Amino acid sequence: MPVTEPDLRELEKRATEVRLQIVKAMGPGRFHHFGGSLSATDVLVALYYHKLRYRADQPDWPERDRLVLSKGHAVPAVYVCLAMCGFFPVSELATLKQLGSNLQGHPDMRKTCGLEANTGSLGMGLSVANGMALAGRVAGLDYRVYALLGDGECQEGQVWEAAMTSAHYKLDTLTAIVDRNELQAMGRTEEQMSIEPLAAKWQGFGWQTWEIDGHDMGEICDALEAAAEVKGRPAAIIAHTVKGKGISFMEGKPGFHNVMISEEQFREAASGLEAKIAALGG
Amino acid sequence: MAELKETRDGYGDALLQLGKEEPRIAVVDADLFHSTRTDRFAEAFPDRFFEMGIAEQDMVSTAVGLSLGGLIPFANSFAVFLTGRAFDQVRQQVALPAANVKLAGSSAGITQGPDGATHQSVLDVSLMRSLPNMCVVVPSDPEEARLATRAAAEGDGPVYLRLSRYPTPVRREANRPFEIGKAEVRRAGNDVTLAACGVILGRALEAAEALGGEGISAEVLNVHTVKPLDASAVLTSCGKTGAVVTIEEHSIIGGLGSAVAEVLGEDADSHIPLRRLGVADTFGESGTADELLAKHGLTVEGIAGAARALLKTKA
Repeated sequence: MPVTEPDLRELEKRATEVRLQIVKAMGPGRFHHFGGSLSATDVLVALYYHKLRYRADQPDWPERDRLVLSKGHAVPAVYVCLAMCGFFPVSELATLKQLGSNLQGHPDMRKTCGLEANTGSLGMGLSVANGMALAGRVAGLDYRVYALLGDGECQEGQVWEAAMTSAHYKLDTLTAIVDRNELQAMGRTEEQMSIEPLAAKWQGFGWQTWEIDGHDMGEICDALEAAAEVKGRPAAIIAHTVKGKGISFMEGKPGFHNVMISEEQFREAASGLEAKIAALGG
Repeated sequence: MAELKETRDGYGDALLQLGKEEPRIAVVDADLFHSTRTDRFAEAFPDRFFEMGIAEQDMVSTAVGLSLGGLIPFANSFAVFLTGRAFDQVRQQVALPAANVKLAGSSAGITQGPDGATHQSVLDVSLMRSLPNMCVVVPSDPEEARLATRAAAEGDGPVYLRLSRYPTPVRREANRPFEIGKAEVRRAGNDVTLAACGVILGRALEAAEALGGEGISAEVLNVHTVKPLDASAVLTSCGKTGAVVTIEEHSIIGGLGSAVAEVLGEDADSHIPLRRLGVADTFGESGTADELLAKHGLTVEGIAGAARALLKTKA
């Protein structure tokens, strides 16, 4: 569906609210994957609030679109989207990663309503998405499947096995999105193990490929729309993002992959996001 | 002599039949469809057969996606690659969420033969048995493989089927019901239990026959399901005979022998002498299946000899 200017403003506001909920759920004094959750937030908000077809009150609806979070460590961002979209109560977010919680440190589809696959050990999600797309073909259903990958994750060999499979089976109901935040756990991707030229790699594997600003709602929505129109081959969107986006002291800095923040940092992060929500008319 | 077939043949027969009966059955393979016996399914149901190329990790995760899309996928490769190379995919995506994915590990064990250690899976039962939610079935002949495949398809959740290319006559009695998780007394006896799984079961039965000629009454227990182990059948049989030899063409670490030892070890009342026959903490090597079985003592005489020696230690 086409996206209007007011829609975009609404999505931007939502994304800021989601970031605030992510930070609140994580809180100070505990280790969490801040950086990669916040870089992927705008893409996830565009999916859950705009693009994905689903019924929160019927999570196993056979015709629903599916999102496989291949970069499973960013699952707090997905938990917030699922809660805010009605899959489970927002109050449950406070139990994140605690003993007995439905909200595990990495996605467990048997525990969390709305999750589509188990991921965490990297590199596997695109293969699962391929299987879902093939199953949709067998069943004659027109649902779309989305896989969200990390950029560092593209160092895993299975990503490229799966990329071959998607193209071989001409999976045009599939969109892969790479959260290209340029940082991985121990540093810059290009210093740890270079993945560039990334777009050319996906193209070389037979994918229709876009490169966008992964924080620009208009570009995200347009790319998701264009990807859904591709026929005969899979679509990849490389979303250029900033790790830790939305929290000034984290943005683009190595060292905020899986980290514990102080009370003071927590207050600074939360108040910054609250101020932004107010400015956006929240 | 009865016709010799392989457990993988029984599997292939079952898969084809299941494909006809159940439209949700799907198959993924990693460039081995002749060897894994999925070729007839592929020919009959091209829309539900997916060649994944030489990429076992992608194959297993793709099978998971197929299952989440409502199909009942069987993932196929040599046992050594399916359980070894794709172990993390099986761990995280099949076992952890108890996905309805069936894993068929073909050409398992040292009976794989000439290809040698790289291709001989002697650890697969151990690996799969360690996974929560996983069921591990090791059929002993082609008919049992057919029944096991059908049972795997009918149940919900992950199953690992260990299949062999070793030619075996059908020894399974017609009309004997098959149930995953239920061990079978295939020959009753009082002096020693021979607990076996897989294609070596035939030799255990022959060893029991030979021992019978010497006045030793051996009970043969077919433990086709190594997990969940039928502990009560093991304890009942061992309690009766007072000694047990486990027999498997697999490492003695982590397989049937370990599973039986765990049960006996934790049973306060039993002081049952145990001998584990199998591959003794070593890798395989090239050779014919029969040569390799002989090298590891997995012959009729080797099994009978182990039973005789064990009986001498019996209190």
